[in-house]
Amino acid sequence: MTKENYTKHFILLSILLVLLFFVNISLGSVSIPIDEILAFLTGKSTSKESWNIILFNFRIPKAITAVLVGSGLSICGLLMQTLFRNPLAGPFVLGISSGASLGVAILILGSSIFGGFLLTSSISNWSLPIASSLGAFLVLSAVIIAANKVRNTMSILIIGLMFGSLTAAVISILAYFSEANKIQQYLFWSFGSLGNLSWNELLVFSIIYIIGILGTISVIKPLNSFLLGENYAKSLGINIKKSRNIILLITSLLTGVVTAFSGPIAFVGLAVPHIARMIFTSSNHKILLPAVAVLGATILLICDSIAQLPTSEFTLPINAITSIFGAPVVIWLLMRKKRIFV
Amino acid sequence: MSEIKEISILKTENLAIGYTSKKSQNIVASNINLSIEKGRLVVVLGKNGIGKSTLLRTIAKVQRPLSGSVLIHQKNLNSISEKDLAKQVGLVLTERLPESQLTVFELIALGRQPYTNWLDKLSKTDLRKIDFSIQQTNIEHLKNKKFYELSDGQLQRVLIARAIAQDTEMIILDEPTAHLDLHHTFKIFTLLQKLVSETQKTIVLSTHQVNLAIKFADEVILFSDNKVKSGSTATLIHNNDFDNLFPKEIINFDKNLQQFIINKK
Repeated sequence: MTKENYTKHFILLSILLVLLFFVNISLGSVSIPIDEILAFLTGKSTSKESWNIILFNFRIPKAITAVLVGSGLSICGLLMQTLFRNPLAGPFVLGISSGASLGVAILILGSSIFGGFLLTSSISNWSLPIASSLGAFLVLSAVIIAANKVRNTMSILIIGLMFGSLTAAVISILAYFSEANKIQQYLFWSFGSLGNLSWNELLVFSIIYIIGILGTISVIKPLNSFLLGENYAKSLGINIKKSRNIILLITSLLTGVVTAFSGPIAFVGLAVPHIARMIFTSSNHKILLPAVAVLGATILLICDSIAQLPTSEFTLPINAITSIFGAPVVIWLLMRKKRIFV
Repeated sequence: MSEIKEISILKTENLAIGYTSKKSQNIVASNINLSIEKGRLVVVLGKNGIGKSTLLRTIAKVQRPLSGSVLIHQKNLNSISEKDLAKQVGLVLTERLPESQLTVFELIALGRQPYTNWLDKLSKTDLRKIDFSIQQTNIEHLKNKKFYELSDGQLQRVLIARAIAQDTEMIILDEPTAHLDLHHTFKIFTLLQKLVSETQKTIVLSTHQVNLAIKFADEVILFSDNKVKSGSTATLIHNNDFDNLFPKEIINFDKNLQQFIINKK
């Protein structure tokens, strides 16, 4: 593919993203005419005060969340796949998402077991993200420690998987001893949700997201050298340990914040990099990184729109949609192409 | 004369190579004293598993020496940073590249990483060096292909081109002729010889193509059962050093033909 082709694909994808953003905020249980939405987006007020509130307080934050979550998770997936030179790597495989879930599980489920030790009253909006980020960071620190001891990236991947099952086991034990309503509360969180974010939370989300993106841009060079394997990267003067730790840190930060605000969302981190590689037929991170970010955001907007589609008052769990529509897409893509690239 | 000293680009002093685990040391070879001059084609010969790769990997700082030292331009390898070493030693390894969609051009361009800025932007000099390496290895027609589409012989040329683009005085190649047929092996040797004579690079490679190696090499590093010898090809032949490379009852070195011959029963 030539440079012009990359640009063309990228522009098309960006237009699609903007379009889907618009479609996404026009869908919901209350139907708002399209021209009213357009008016609202250009700074004017809609003809009904309730529409203003719905758009400003619910739909727009949700669409922005979808963009941040989709691109954030996809970038994490790309980073992990390149770092471990393994097409199956992703925030989920490394146990980072499970770590985040563990944090939340301890908060929600643990409160019924440990009683007064943890806050038993209502769980505030802020305690969830903090617990989730802590959990993600905990597992990631363990993975980093292991990564510095074990040179073999394949082993690190397996260690990540083990941490994943370990945290899952702890969560089951917690669930076993918990009250039904707590289990239900945890279950709802684990379905994933893009809504319910206030603008303040969105601000925190965006700041951490931007830090993650800047960090990612700073490691584009080592990422490309990793495509040749660790020994070649080293022989090209790349500081492997430093680059690896930066990449792991970015991943924990992004996965932590995403999982905190939207629940453990599967499939996106693993699949989007593969779809991007197939569209752009490139492994160069200068091309892939923006492509993955835009594609990830686009796909999550699609999934969220599907979750809204039944035009009913229900919204399907986003985690189910990403898996139901995502998994077959990946299977089909891989069977068609036969080759899986890093 | 001091001039003679200066052209010794690679030296090892009482070098012992091998692997360390927590409790034990596995010494593959020890007491290696080499001195390699600039602009030489050096071939490392020896049986499977005798330590050729270990030596090359130690020289390239991929792994640490057990004891002794490796000197590049009189400077201990330990005190050379990875970044500086990347401008002095280029590598071609035997390990398979991870499956990716890199094009041949992108792969070769990665050889410029020691010189590019933090965003890896290619300057005019970088592009010129890449073009030069593509010319040297005769792979213009492969430039826009994905590297996974290449045959083994083509891929080897591309990997060599990447090392040339890295613009180092020394290139180390670990079995660049593995998987290649006789014809392609010959082409690789011709290419390396041309590189040495045209660019004054020092090239160190290991191979199992003993007969071709003896034809092309300026110098040979010989791994036999208990020691490592080195010297010019002619000297080693003169001293009958090749006799110990393989079990004599099976493979003999014929001094007149300057070739290894398989004994017929």
